[in-house]
Amino acid sequence: MTPLIEVKDLVKTYRSGDSELRALDGVSFAIERGEFVAIMGPSGSGKSTTMNMLGCLDSPTRGVYMLDGKDVSGLSGDELARIRNVNLGFVFQGFNLLPRLDALDNVALPLVYAQVEPRERAERATRALEKVGLGSRMRHRPSQMSGGQQQRVAIARALVGDAPLILADEPTGNLDTKTSEEIMNLLVQINSEGKTVILVTHEPDIAGYASRVLRFKDGKLVADKKQTPENGKRGEGYV
Amino acid sequence: MFEILRTAVSSLWANKMRSMLTMLGVVIGVGAVIAMVAIGNGASRQVEGVISSMGTNMIVIRPGAPNSGGVRQSVGSGATLTLDDIRAIEEECWSIRNVAPQVSTSSQLIFENRNWPSQVTGTTLGFFDIREFQVEKGRLLDKEDERGAAKVAVIGATVARELFGRVDPIGQNIRVKNIPFEVVGVLASKGQSATGQDQDDTVIVPITTAQRRLVRSALADSVNSAFVQVKDISMMDSAMNEMRALLRQRHRLASDKEDDFELRNMTQMLNTMTQATRVMTLLLGAVASISLLVGGIGIMNIMLVSVTERTREIGIRMAIGARAGDIRTQFLLEALLLSLTGGVAGILLGFAASLGVTRFLQWPTSVSGGAIAVAAGFSCFVGIFFGLYPAWKASLLRPIDALRFE
Repeated sequence: MTPLIEVKDLVKTYRSGDSELRALDGVSFAIERGEFVAIMGPSGSGKSTTMNMLGCLDSPTRGVYMLDGKDVSGLSGDELARIRNVNLGFVFQGFNLLPRLDALDNVALPLVYAQVEPRERAERATRALEKVGLGSRMRHRPSQMSGGQQQRVAIARALVGDAPLILADEPTGNLDTKTSEEIMNLLVQINSEGKTVILVTHEPDIAGYASRVLRFKDGKLVADKKQTPENGKRGEGYV
Repeated sequence: MFEILRTAVSSLWANKMRSMLTMLGVVIGVGAVIAMVAIGNGASRQVEGVISSMGTNMIVIRPGAPNSGGVRQSVGSGATLTLDDIRAIEEECWSIRNVAPQVSTSSQLIFENRNWPSQVTGTTLGFFDIREFQVEKGRLLDKEDERGAAKVAVIGATVARELFGRVDPIGQNIRVKNIPFEVVGVLASKGQSATGQDQDDTVIVPITTAQRRLVRSALADSVNSAFVQVKDISMMDSAMNEMRALLRQRHRLASDKEDDFELRNMTQMLNTMTQATRVMTLLLGAVASISLLVGGIGIMNIMLVSVTERTREIGIRMAIGARAGDIRTQFLLEALLLSLTGGVAGILLGFAASLGVTRFLQWPTSVSGGAIAVAAGFSCFVGIFFGLYPAWKASLLRPIDALRFE
């Protein structure tokens, strides 16, 4: 079976004036279904750039990105939009919820673009919100919720399309330790239900939840280690 | 499609303040232009109406001043214009539609024991057409009356009221200079002329009757003046030239002699007066255009100021699977909805303001379709352009750039 994700010689360069900045300098790795991977590295190491490529939010300058056996590096904007909609869910550091929509509408938004009927949308969004423990706050707007609650709304939004892959870019970067733990446990639970989770972080504590760590430095992959999750809260589930 | 419409509506609703401000710009701009142009138009319509009630496309021919022994006398006092001249014009000048020679005299009218001073005009059938007189009761004069120099008269509404009161004038006899005339018709009221004269204070008799019985003239066939109606305003100049040439030829004037008649062109007066009101309409329109422009700039500002927020929104939507086309459709619909609602509200406001001006200031207004089209078109264009353009640009960004837009 092909890996869920396979990247080969991924290069990303940014041009600013005459100088050329190599954010990614020939990165290759593969991720199997069901893995929980943490991408680590100091700032400027290329970890976020990698994440944006994996999430089809940005496209590589060179190299191949195979998602589920399909080469996505040469796809058009509309085809990439479809992949973002169907194949993966993205969780951002800054939540990125629409401030004027309530939790339910925010979660249901991907389904709008997947052309799901309104009734089914509401049902699925409700289920996703209940899953992340926000069944009672569906009509709250982002500004009426705490950071942890907003991030859970964002996770529900990533889950609602039932994509096999969840990408989280420093999902706890804006949260305190206790809330971070809650969010991480939620991601662990999601992973245990069969979803592949890839997470970017620079905190070893957070990386400790993962079963595999990719380390980046200066645009290169410098280490790829499997590990037994330290913060052994797996299986506890999340309430 | 319905889905995107719903998204657009809820997005507008979610940003009530911004939507309202944008719409306000459209509403005020459109409303002001429509109302201002309506006021200006109303004024020029009124002026044109007054003038055209005297008869448009009109040329007045009057006999020239006799120049006897160096003493010049006033225009129209001579007897150089004859009924034959007028008939020649009617037959030979191709740009003429209608002519109405006139022989007028002031006279005391007598009916039973009442009397009333009025102007008695002898004329031909064309007169009613040219002056746009219509009969209210009885009939107008006809060819038979003219040929037989019948002693019949059509009277104006003022004469009917002053002389007959409640009596039905039709079939009654009035005496003019001691000659009995049978009243055969009463004219529909036309009110005051542009110069303030009562156009209903008149008695009209066949020209032949007037020439033979009412007016003593040096030349039995002479007329005091004639109205000439030109086929079309554009033929005014050629009609003037044709008539001048014809009359000079008929009067056997050598080329170094002055005209012994006078041609006066009613459109000259009409032009002067409509010119004035048109300038006013233009001025009002210009003022209103400024408010439209200011409204447009307001729309532009609000739209552009919200670009940062909207670009992030676009980034989020794209990150979760919206295609560039979805984004454009949504923003186009938003802009369309705003502009159209604002435009319609502005048109209604314009109509309401015009009505208000008419009702409370007694100033006639006439809403112009052109003003509606220009004002609504402009504000819709501004609204749609500045609503769509930033979104269009943002939709071309990569999602990550849209998300990071500052």
